[in-house]
Amino acid sequence: MKGLRHFVDKIKPNFEKGGKFEKLHSSFDAFETFLFVPNHVTRTGCHVRDCIDLKRMMIVVVMALLPALLFGMYNTGLQHFRAVGMADASLMQCFGFGLWKVLPIIIVSYVVGLGIEFISAQIRHHEVNEGFLVSGMLIPMVMPVDVPLWMVAVATAFAVIIGKEVFGGTGMNVFNPALLARAFIFFAYTPYISGEKIWIAGLTKGEGIVDGFSGATPLSDAASAALTHSEIHWTMGGPWDWFIGTIPGCIGETSTLAILIGAAILLWTGIASWRVMLSVFAGGYLMGLLFNLIGANAYMEIPAYYHLLMGGFAFGAVFMATDPVTGSQTNTGKWIYGFLIGSLAVLIRVINPGYPEGMMLSILFMNAVAPLIDYYVVQANMNRRARRVKVAQ
Amino acid sequence: MFSAKNMKLLTSPFGVNNPITVQILGICSALAVTAKLKPAFVMALSVTVVTAFASLIISLIRNGIPSRIRIIVQLVVIAALVILVDQVLKAYVYDVSKQLSVFVGLIITNCIIMGRIEAFALGNKPWPSFLDGIGNGVGYGIILIILGFFRELLGAGTLWGYPVLEKLGLYHVGYVNNGLMILPPMALICVGLIIWIQRSRNKNLIEK
Repeated sequence: MKGLRHFVDKIKPNFEKGGKFEKLHSSFDAFETFLFVPNHVTRTGCHVRDCIDLKRMMIVVVMALLPALLFGMYNTGLQHFRAVGMADASLMQCFGFGLWKVLPIIIVSYVVGLGIEFISAQIRHHEVNEGFLVSGMLIPMVMPVDVPLWMVAVATAFAVIIGKEVFGGTGMNVFNPALLARAFIFFAYTPYISGEKIWIAGLTKGEGIVDGFSGATPLSDAASAALTHSEIHWTMGGPWDWFIGTIPGCIGETSTLAILIGAAILLWTGIASWRVMLSVFAGGYLMGLLFNLIGANAYMEIPAYYHLLMGGFAFGAVFMATDPVTGSQTNTGKWIYGFLIGSLAVLIRVINPGYPEGMMLSILFMNAVAPLIDYYVVQANMNRRARRVKVAQ
Repeated sequence: MFSAKNMKLLTSPFGVNNPITVQILGICSALAVTAKLKPAFVMALSVTVVTAFASLIISLIRNGIPSRIRIIVQLVVIAALVILVDQVLKAYVYDVSKQLSVFVGLIITNCIIMGRIEAFALGNKPWPSFLDGIGNGVGYGIILIILGFFRELLGAGTLWGYPVLEKLGLYHVGYVNNGLMILPPMALICVGLIIWIQRSRNKNLIEK
């Protein structure tokens, strides 16, 4: 560790003003602060400075994502081997296959995203924004495993440039970049991210697939039943399987259990807001109950807690909705923001089977509305205090 | 006839005074008709004709228009021209006219035309007004054609209906058309990108 510090200190003058590689200062700064907590101190005024800066925070989120990612890799292999009729594949076989499938997507997402971040930081002489550490991990986790790599690259570039750099970089973006990347693929290359075939590796090619294997997710089961006004036929086990996550779906979203472990890490370290998380689940559950009361078709009649287990609901609630940049900032605002995300997601799922996964659209929509919520919360507070002053007079 | 001043009227809307990217007018139709190159071109041509002749006619009668009812007079002139254009399109390029559908009629409400008449033709002689109208119509058209070019090429893989990307053999190596390009939101993003490029090349255009 000391040797590394010495090395960094030795090469540092080259990157300062007047040094040989002055132009690469942003990149150097990024790596230095990545390796060591910067020793900035506040010089004026009263200001508490915590040693946990944005980079350290992001790393905790990446760690919280790991259980879901590792399970996603295992599940990718498991689903593939089930589809080709090798039910006896061992845990390591499944995991190895998944690693081989998922790793390229992660690499593409990081290389493209960080490449753009570094270039734009260099052009503007900024520090490199660390926000992409998390986005780069989230993007692969909300993709189906068979998505072509160049699409991931295009979507990542779109999300980073249009979603983030245009607005001024990390901390200024209106929309969650990872969800924007997914939305881009969803609208641009729809057949590659929706339907029944694409969630399992190798299923679209159809080589060696067991006869009659459908590969439908619980969400698409429910959506197609709602379209044909028939009873729902769950092809992929019951709620317990959905909770554990041994179902087809996007790479990181299937296992509610692994996501909850991540949620525990985020809440324990105090990085994510428990208000948002709790209210997203509450909103989804209450909306599910409301649909139970209406009960117009089979989709509306499913138990409300099913909605929390299916698709990307839990993933969105824990990792996407809690994004501190794009969400509401006020505490009351967080309750409203989360509640609306959950209820809108279920509303979109049930009412519009054309968009089986409502979570992405509802979070993006609420991202846009979040500043408005904050505005009214702050205004309400000001009005309340103004009234109090009047009463006192 | 073509003094430096007049030439400036004609050419400044192409770049530094572009109706779409600088004045941000006429965005609605620019998003709606540019999914394909051919309708974009026809639309650009129609708007140029209407802007040019509406400016000319209003400028000719500008001293006779009572200012309290000038908007009505302007609308009558524009509407008459639009109906003429619509009839010509229906007669000669019926399929494109079908594609443009309501947007030919909506040229009447295109802010560029009204804007140029109010801002320029009412206070200037016919010939400069005519040039100003052509300039703004073409300036609008340039953006439409750029948008139409990229949206058709990336969204449908064709240009003017000709399957360019298929002939190049891109589909064999796994290329897929970008469906988002066909949708109007992406057109708005593309307009934004054009504005971005233009303003980073010409810093004078950046608002303080």
